[in-house]
Amino acid sequence: MPVNETLSQYSDWSYTTAVAIYVAAMVFFLVEQSFGRKGRQAAQRTRERSRELVGAGAPVETSATAPAGPPPATPARPIGRAERIGRMGVALTVLAALLHLASLVLRGLATSRVPWGNMYEYISAVCLVAVVTWLVVLRRSPVRHLSAFVLLPVVILMFVGGTMLYTAAAPVQPALQSYWLVIHVSAAAGASGIFLVPGVASILYLVRTSHDNDPARFARLGHRLPAADVLDRIAYRTTVFAFPVFTFGVLCGAIWAESAWGRFWGWDPKETVAFIAWVIYAAYLHSRATAGWRGRRAATINVLGFAATVFNLFFVNLVTVGLHSYAGVG
Amino acid sequence: MSTTYRVTPVRRALAFARNTWRGLTSMRTALILLFLLALAALPGALLPQRQLNPPKTEEYIAAHGWWGRLLDRLQFFDVYSSVWFSAIYLLLMVSLVGCLTPRTFEYVRAMRARPVLTPRNLSRMPHHRRAIADSDPDAVLASTRQRLRGWRVERRIEPDGAVSLSAERGYLRETGNLVFHFAMLGLIVAFALGKLYSYEGQVIVRADGQAFCNAGIYNYDSFDPGLRVDGTGLNPFCVRVNGFRAEFSETNQPVHYEADLEYQSGADLETGTWRPYELRVNEPLRTAGDRVYLLGHGYAPTFTVTFPDGSVRTQTIQWRPTDQTTLLSEGATKFEPPGITDSAERRTRQLAITGLFAPTKFLHGSVLSSAGPELADPAVAVDVLRGDLGVDSGRGQSIFTVDRSMVDSGRLVRVARENLDLGESLTLDDGTKVEFSGVERFVSLQVSHDPTQGWVLGFAVAMMVGLVGSLLVKRRRLWVRVRPEAGSANLRPVVVEVAGLARTDQAGYGEEFTRLADQILGAAGTQEKVEITEKGRT
Ligand code: HEM
Repeated sequence: MPVNETLSQYSDWSYTTAVAIYVAAMVFFLVEQSFGRKGRQAAQRTRERSRELVGAGAPVETSATAPAGPPPATPARPIGRAERIGRMGVALTVLAALLHLASLVLRGLATSRVPWGNMYEYISAVCLVAVVTWLVVLRRSPVRHLSAFVLLPVVILMFVGGTMLYTAAAPVQPALQSYWLVIHVSAAAGASGIFLVPGVASILYLVRTSHDNDPARFARLGHRLPAADVLDRIAYRTTVFAFPVFTFGVLCGAIWAESAWGRFWGWDPKETVAFIAWVIYAAYLHSRATAGWRGRRAATINVLGFAATVFNLFFVNLVTVGLHSYAGVG
Repeated sequence: MSTTYRVTPVRRALAFARNTWRGLTSMRTALILLFLLALAALPGALLPQRQLNPPKTEEYIAAHGWWGRLLDRLQFFDVYSSVWFSAIYLLLMVSLVGCLTPRTFEYVRAMRARPVLTPRNLSRMPHHRRAIADSDPDAVLASTRQRLRGWRVERRIEPDGAVSLSAERGYLRETGNLVFHFAMLGLIVAFALGKLYSYEGQVIVRADGQAFCNAGIYNYDSFDPGLRVDGTGLNPFCVRVNGFRAEFSETNQPVHYEADLEYQSGADLETGTWRPYELRVNEPLRTAGDRVYLLGHGYAPTFTVTFPDGSVRTQTIQWRPTDQTTLLSEGATKFEPPGITDSAERRTRQLAITGLFAPTKFLHGSVLSSAGPELADPAVAVDVLRGDLGVDSGRGQSIFTVDRSMVDSGRLVRVARENLDLGESLTLDDGTKVEFSGVERFVSLQVSHDPTQGWVLGFAVAMMVGLVGSLLVKRRRLWVRVRPEAGSANLRPVVVEVAGLARTDQAGYGEEFTRLADQILGAAGTQEKVEITEKGRT
């Protein structure tokens, strides 16, 4: 299988451009989030919206406290500068995501296989899913000014992927030549990408509640974040979506392992850490149904779950030696 | 003091048992056990595991002194069969059973129960709309009912003359949740049983028509049985390897490989029928309830030895690859001297040809290495040793090496060292001629047997289905109350109230509620012009 060098070159260019535009978008969002009066207004708006949201979706126990506060004083607000900058940020993010997608598609065409056969490509796919997930979240929740917090890990991951872990376009080894590569790895990448969003939302939740408990903590950032329960709901909904995808990915991995390595489960390091992450996310779902564990503890568990996912991506691929050592580096 | 309250030991024991059970089956305990499970699994990813890589494990222990030995004693190198790991997951299973049993009864009851009474004050619900219509209450209710297809609906006439519908849907959520947890229980049991009754064996077979039969563990090079497998009564089948093909890229990466196989099992064993199969990575041969995998491949050089008395011996023994990219291999091909009956004398004249084999010769001076994995220009660099190979010493012999202690004690002596291309030969001082006369390929096969893996798959799929139902279905309630407005004389307007409540964490009921309420109120002919209260919109 020859590799088309031209396409691969275009793919690399798209990738680099996408990262640059993500960085630019991040700057726009940071401006919206943090600059002066306008930024505060943005936060204020979310707080108002969020109060309405509480009434709509809260579980049984909180419904008694539902009555909304006084209606917003200025319903028809002219679009401020921060608002406009935020919208430009979204437009840039969409543009970058399209280039990002193009870079993956071009890689796939260059190598005539799915573009997630090594760590560089895998990270790129994970980041794309994270960005798309966030864009979907934005359509439903007024949290645009938080976008920089999601783009930050994306940019870091893509930078690390594009520099230290970069791998030239090449075919994959026989063990990977299977349609299970398509199914298993896309489920794993999809779930990991979606998990990035609740991970970030949960960290922000911890910051926000810490600030609520003691306004001196995170004094500059805390009050600019949306209300804790908005963040909690974003984390929950995205996790609940990603968890079955992840479960499906692990299940397909087991089926593939059965036909490639002779056993469906062998506690290979990658399998082990996937199991650990799975159990942590199951614990997260349980914690939200357990008195005394909702809120900060649940958020902490979610962050741990994402940490396990990242650990699986880096430590297991680069440090340990297992059957999954296909990183294509070193 | 009344005897009823005396605390007898039996009572105390019962109370203790009850409390333990309650504690064990509480959600909080389940949560903590889940954490412990995640934590306990972690060392398995960080430390080498004996089951996966025994030599590396021993090396690690040796390198870490007392610390390594302590970890070993604490079973940190056999995490998944350790006492503590098993204890956690057994407790989790007990907790699961204790949790699922009452929930199942509760579930059966809930499935039979009628939707709850309509709350007196609907305006306190998270979703609520109210409007006044000039309409017939029965018509409003009838049209509402039609719109609530798929909901479980209960109609009640209230004491004050109002009529209400109480509706609920999303029962599949709890169904899914129970299916998920029971399936997980089943999966764990099936997995554990599988560990008891499974086995795995590895064997190297030359790809020149050599056959292998799954007749007993002695046919294997290594065999790893489950606790309840004693090696007898293996599923009978045979395979014969007729050839092997490999393709490599320019950078010597393997691109594709496959082995030409024939196999027989079941009735074919009696009739002697062989059936063909192309064995590839990712495509094991499944026969007789077992699976045969292609694990790896390598080369087996053929040496032809012509002894001084004119007798000729030929052997083809696999040498083991030391470099997976270039397939440079090492090994030892051993010969018994012919025609010597005296065992003491025989032990001075045994021969071993040891050294390196390169499929594509690459020389640094006289040091042989391999330029690539393909059989382009094969060569060997051999030491020929003569003397006592130690095969009668009772110690286990590796087919890849000679017994070093025999060399160290001087009973096995090097008599030649030379590089040979294919077809070349060397002659020893006593006139023995050693020829590098050919190369065969070999494949290493793994046979796996796991009688419960189909069950595990079934349970895993059930888990998946249950999980999706459990996480994506929302349990929600809807109430409609229609109350004829008191006092009005001729028009008889009715007050229609609609309220909703999502019973689960999953928010997002708002949209559905708004749509339903619009339909219901719209059909009732209200314009909501009189009085509207609406809270929330998602
Ligand atoms: C073996 C470990 C366990 C795992 C991996 C596990 C996994 C899960 C998962 C993934 C969910 C999410 C599904 C949902 O939210 O409906 C869930 C929900 C639930 N589990 Fe477990 N579970 C385990 C053990 C238990 C135990 C021991 C209990 C009882 C003490 C339990 C009780 C529940 C309950 C009540 C829910 C519903 C929570 C809700 O409605 O959000 N689970 N479990």
